[in-house]
Amino acid sequence: MIDRDRYFSLRDPSAFPVWQKATVGIAGAGGLGSNIAISLARAGIGTLVIADFDLVSLENLNRQQFNLDQVGRPKVHALATNIRAFNPLINLVLHQQKVSPANLEELFGACDLLLEAFDQAGEKEMLIETWCARYPKRHLIAASGVSGFGRGEEIKIKHFGYLHIVGDGHSELLEGISPLAPRVAVVANLQANLALELLVKNYD
Amino acid sequence: MIEAIFYVNEHKLPWKEGLVVQDALSMMNYSFKMLVIKLNGDLVKKDAYLTTPIPEGADLKVIHLISGG
Repeated sequence: MIDRDRYFSLRDPSAFPVWQKATVGIAGAGGLGSNIAISLARAGIGTLVIADFDLVSLENLNRQQFNLDQVGRPKVHALATNIRAFNPLINLVLHQQKVSPANLEELFGACDLLLEAFDQAGEKEMLIETWCARYPKRHLIAASGVSGFGRGEEIKIKHFGYLHIVGDGHSELLEGISPLAPRVAVVANLQANLALELLVKNYD
Repeated sequence: MIEAIFYVNEHKLPWKEGLVVQDALSMMNYSFKMLVIKLNGDLVKKDAYLTTPIPEGADLKVIHLISGG
């Protein structure tokens, strides 16, 4: 067993207890979701609820936080293994399921805040529409425009009430070209960083 | 006389009675396939673009959603 007090030492005395009590949802465990989950787990979020129906594939390894020996495994379980390897104290709720308007409440209803981490624009739209209609006073942090490389200056955080969008808002995915690790991780970590901030503000 | 206006993503547009959300997309020449719209802070569902009127002075935010993640 690891020493809990030592593991959680050097933490912000006002913010950390809030993060430990928080339940944060992540819809998607790919390029965005795997990076968000790892950062939030390191920061000390108490409970992460992660949903993704997909399996790890070889093409995912250019940007997603999985390893060769995890190819073929469900992403949510592979991600949980990778998180528990550095934080065995976190509570992980895993759903190997496709997120839909019909199951959004069942999957993420207990979450204080949700992060959108899908790949397809249609899925992003579905999640935002459903969440904002069902939970208009709960934060949703989504991503739009992550592909390519460079142009870090164009990545922005925009706030629309309880909806927040991170990304450059215009970089289209080129046919057959997947996003790249650095830019996806930058956006994912801006999402995670904002989540930490909003959780603390919420409890003020 | 003061000209009636409304805003789409911070752009000022002329307002007139009877405008609906879909008209604003045409006025801006937006052709995004995937988007979400907030009208004065409230979400407008896709099936309501043709029926939701834009009030004078409204603040419309059109958020373009792009694949990649």
